[in-house]
Amino acid sequence: MRLEPRTHTPAWLWLAAPAAALGFTLLATSLLVAWAGAPVGRAYVLLLEGGFGSRFAWTETLTRATPLILTGLAAALAFRARLYNIGAEGQLYAGALAAVAVGGLHGGSGFAAPVGLLFIAMIVAACVAGALLLLVPALLKSRLGVDEVVTTLLLNFIVLLLVSAMLDGPMKDPGALGWPQSVAIADALQLQPLLERSRVHSGLLVALLLAALLALLLRHTTLGFEIRAVGANARAAAFAGMPVGRVMWQVALLSGALAGLAGAVEVAGRAGYVTLDMSPGYGYSGIVVAMLAGLNPIGVVFAAVFVAGMLVGADGMSRAVAVPTYIADVIVAVSLIAVLVATMTTRWRVHLR
Amino acid sequence: METLDLLFSVPFWVAVLRIATPLIFGTLGVLLCERAGVLNLGIEGIMVAGAFAGWLTVYAGGGLWLGVCVAALTGMAFGALHALLTVTLALSQHVAGLGITLLATSLASYAYRVSFPKVDSPPTIQPFGDMTAWLPLPVLNQQTPMTLFALLLAPLLAWGLMRTPLGLAIRMVGENPSAAEGQGLSVARLRTGAIVAGSGLMGVAGAFLTLAAFNAFYFNMVNGRGWVCVALVVFASWQPGKALLGALLFGFFDALQLRLQQAGGGAFGVDVPYQFYLMLPYAMAIVALVAAARRAAYPQALMKPYRRGER
Amino acid sequence: MTDTAVPAVPAAPALLRLSGITKRFGALLANDAVSLELRGGEVLALLGENGAGKSTLVSILFGHYVADAGSIEVNGRALPPGQPKAALAAGVGMVHQHFTLADNLSVLDNVMLGTEPLWQPFSRRRDARGHLLDAAARFGLQVNPEARVGDLSVGERQRVEILKALVRGAKLLILDEPTAVLTPQESRALFVTLKKMVARGMAILFISHKLDEVRAVSDRIAVLRAGKLVASFGDATAVSPQELAQAMVGRNVDAVARDAARARPPAGRVLCMLRDASVAPSGERPALARVNLDLRGGEMLAIAGVAGNGQRTLADLLSGLLPLASGTLEIAGRSLAADPRAFIRAGVARIPEDRQSVGAIGELSLWENAVLERYASRRFATWGVLRMAKARDHARIIVERFDVRGAGALGLDAPARALSGGNLQKLILGRALTGEHYRKPVPLLIVAHQPTWGLDVGAVADLHRRLLDACAAGAGVLLISEDLDEILALADRIAVMARGRLTDVRPRDAWSAAALGLAMGGNQTAPEARDAT
Repeated sequence: MRLEPRTHTPAWLWLAAPAAALGFTLLATSLLVAWAGAPVGRAYVLLLEGGFGSRFAWTETLTRATPLILTGLAAALAFRARLYNIGAEGQLYAGALAAVAVGGLHGGSGFAAPVGLLFIAMIVAACVAGALLLLVPALLKSRLGVDEVVTTLLLNFIVLLLVSAMLDGPMKDPGALGWPQSVAIADALQLQPLLERSRVHSGLLVALLLAALLALLLRHTTLGFEIRAVGANARAAAFAGMPVGRVMWQVALLSGALAGLAGAVEVAGRAGYVTLDMSPGYGYSGIVVAMLAGLNPIGVVFAAVFVAGMLVGADGMSRAVAVPTYIADVIVAVSLIAVLVATMTTRWRVHLR
Repeated sequence: METLDLLFSVPFWVAVLRIATPLIFGTLGVLLCERAGVLNLGIEGIMVAGAFAGWLTVYAGGGLWLGVCVAALTGMAFGALHALLTVTLALSQHVAGLGITLLATSLASYAYRVSFPKVDSPPTIQPFGDMTAWLPLPVLNQQTPMTLFALLLAPLLAWGLMRTPLGLAIRMVGENPSAAEGQGLSVARLRTGAIVAGSGLMGVAGAFLTLAAFNAFYFNMVNGRGWVCVALVVFASWQPGKALLGALLFGFFDALQLRLQQAGGGAFGVDVPYQFYLMLPYAMAIVALVAAARRAAYPQALMKPYRRGER
Repeated sequence: MTDTAVPAVPAAPALLRLSGITKRFGALLANDAVSLELRGGEVLALLGENGAGKSTLVSILFGHYVADAGSIEVNGRALPPGQPKAALAAGVGMVHQHFTLADNLSVLDNVMLGTEPLWQPFSRRRDARGHLLDAAARFGLQVNPEARVGDLSVGERQRVEILKALVRGAKLLILDEPTAVLTPQESRALFVTLKKMVARGMAILFISHKLDEVRAVSDRIAVLRAGKLVASFGDATAVSPQELAQAMVGRNVDAVARDAARARPPAGRVLCMLRDASVAPSGERPALARVNLDLRGGEMLAIAGVAGNGQRTLADLLSGLLPLASGTLEIAGRSLAADPRAFIRAGVARIPEDRQSVGAIGELSLWENAVLERYASRRFATWGVLRMAKARDHARIIVERFDVRGAGALGLDAPARALSGGNLQKLILGRALTGEHYRKPVPLLIVAHQPTWGLDVGAVADLHRRLLDACAAGAGVLLISEDLDEILALADRIAVMARGRLTDVRPRDAWSAAALGLAMGGNQTAPEARDAT
């Protein structure tokens, strides 16, 4: 088998490739559904209905999509600069902790400050927490050449343990029975729901706004230009005089801040407090979302909605038919690999010898 | 202080070896892949899949060693997928590896739930016993045969890499693939073989967890050990002997932190929450990476995809 | 005297027969029905310019590529295409232009690779070492089997590359531009080795674009041009360089040369000054040791030398990429920090050696590459926001003025990787020579590192013309090149770089060919050279 670079990509391929990837994903996972003994067709109908088939389904999907958009943006930005930030999960929790630390002190009254200011402080604290967490691996990479994939991954475990320690100790909510949770942030600091009788909150608007801003940043600003150049070819960028090191830590700060913000938005928009299981892997799913979107910020929104729909739909489906919810994770994993292969075919022609 | 007594107690060293064993298998597996020039980030997922597959085989009535073989084959299957993506299609090794980790983990979890939909506590099996019956050496005889296998594997792999034609070919493919091609060897086949074999070892690492260390399959049982192995390979400068030492060193500190936790957590007069002890292994892995970064004499073709006919 | 019916050496049978080899890469016809014959005991030179198809042809022979049409016969038996293994088994060996050696492994490891069956449980190193030293002695190639290849000099590495083939019993040895990285003395030593091989009945296929070498070393010469075999000379000694050049190029090209009769221009002010400049070695990058240099406005100063002696370090230093370990570097009288932007702002235009990986970013568009060095200036960005219209205008001016072609329908938005090497070099040159102020046509000084490597004759002439025009307009040009012909044609003054040291800079006429060759070998003293060993 041989690969030959394409001189130009035909227009139909841009649509056919991801469609083929999606088709393959459904086909492959249908085997798993059949193995569980469930009727395949009905299972998929339930999956789609559960994710997109009703007002309730849509609101649940959009609620789940909100943190995914943010972690997806975090991953997309970092990956564009070839900074493989796999630590979004930890940065999210760090942001959540910081948000609660600022917004939930002293029984929620926090510092004696006006609500607006406190809200901003809470958000800023979350962003800073996430940013600093990614800065360490980024600096280790640029100064010492330490691969950031493993360091960010290991930091995730460390942060989760820290959260557990905090929830057992200083940040424990004494009034809560059962599983440990943190103190809650003040009611006034919580995000308002966008629609009645739903869990969709204004965090979604924040996420959409950031997606648009990021798209503008990449295309129209000098920083965006530098990020794209450094990610494409750091050597040539350095030769041209771009401050590669500075670009890397700026990307690290932005990416970490976005993931930290995801944590704050989850806290402020959903329960209002931190628990150990508040993130069912949003950080890792964010990477999949970014890859599915081709590292494009606007694409991230669509990919996040898709992935969220799958996750929500799978919950619904597994309640109705006896298919374990893990099917959603399998769908997401298979689609990642399928899209990876499909994207390659747009740049290379495959010859079977 | 009691710590000193700890260090000379047999149970402590037994724990060290037990903790180190899956790391030995995993690190050697990653080492083999990286020597051939390929970064295999699928290890975390492959260990989960291997753990599950091995355990399921035994639960279904197979023998323990059969379980180990099935785990190895499972690992090899995922390794073949990884090779297809990174060698045949020359895709990004980072993303392909992460994709495989996600796939293997989710498949194992799904398969477990499909097989056991209504269990509260994980069903158990009878794991490997120790070797006190026939091995006279202390500490070692309280290990399972898998540990013995691991300890013998390291020098075997070292010898294989350094003293056989196949080992030379694998090393060359990781240093300069064009050189291998120019001597009539197939880079694709060598890399694929190394990835598949290495992934088989990763599957065995997972099987150790369910068939020797514990006796059931839990979610989150691998818990980052795979990533620690990736860090240990750098620390070991891609040499099997040093990889063995690194894994033992890691096991030492991990066993130490466990003991300190059990001893009440008040090691230095301060009441340290147990979570901080649990953090130590991961922090150590990061430190190991940083320490090794300066002197990294890594295989020169590592992470560079090779396309035939492009010179 | 062109002779397509090649008279055979009577006793020796045809060792190699290539018939009708054709190969296409996309739209490019690299080889067009090429047929050759080679007998044992003779040296056939394959002559041609860059891009003529020589390397492609031998790569097909060795099995790296598969021909679209045609056949290969070695010793009368057909050679299965596309398998280096088969070629090796048939007795074909190849010394690649870019050595295929692993730096981290030893000489013996590199030579042994592939000589034993993969499933053999033990490596017979002692035997292999014996074979290696045997072959080395037979052909007069000294090596240390346990040495780490990364520590060897270029000449030693080439010896290892040759021994790889000899140890496998090669009957036909292909050498792809072997003297590109050797000093004249090392080249002579190589030729002695080749003569020994030929005396033992081996056949040699020798690729080069250097006319003198080809006439000195080969028995017969075949000339390739644009993929076709255009001429075949049965007796290398009876052919003149002019005939060869004519066959290679196909027309009389008036190489651009500086006007020898032009009065020496009034010495402009010193634009770039290096005094005792030293740069520390790092990894594979050699050091610079106490380099002294004055570049004045209006002159072309050339740095000659064989690759790997510190030219890249010097180019990087003058591009603002490396800090000095000691000594001084002044641009227009000022010391600058090691920051490419500072150098660009000071008026240093840089043309890097590697245009595809360092000069441009393939994924980005033409207009983005055009402003790659200046995007942060006030002209192209305000408060961090790119002024895309201005940037595109700038790119349009460069594309028009420098005749950059091949962007196709996408125009300025085409990715840079869509351009051919020549057009990409024009873009880079245009970017370097076009400052922000279009009224000032040239930068202060131009640092050009191997600017014409891999370009066709027309593109080379165009580039030379622009560099000379820049000189005439007052810029200083520092030309770092491995091509002595280019240097001798263009330069006002020449210095030679060897082992990190620079000779004194002398006027072009003060250098003789012998002196240049000696200096390139690191020996600056008397013209009576040591024996070539």
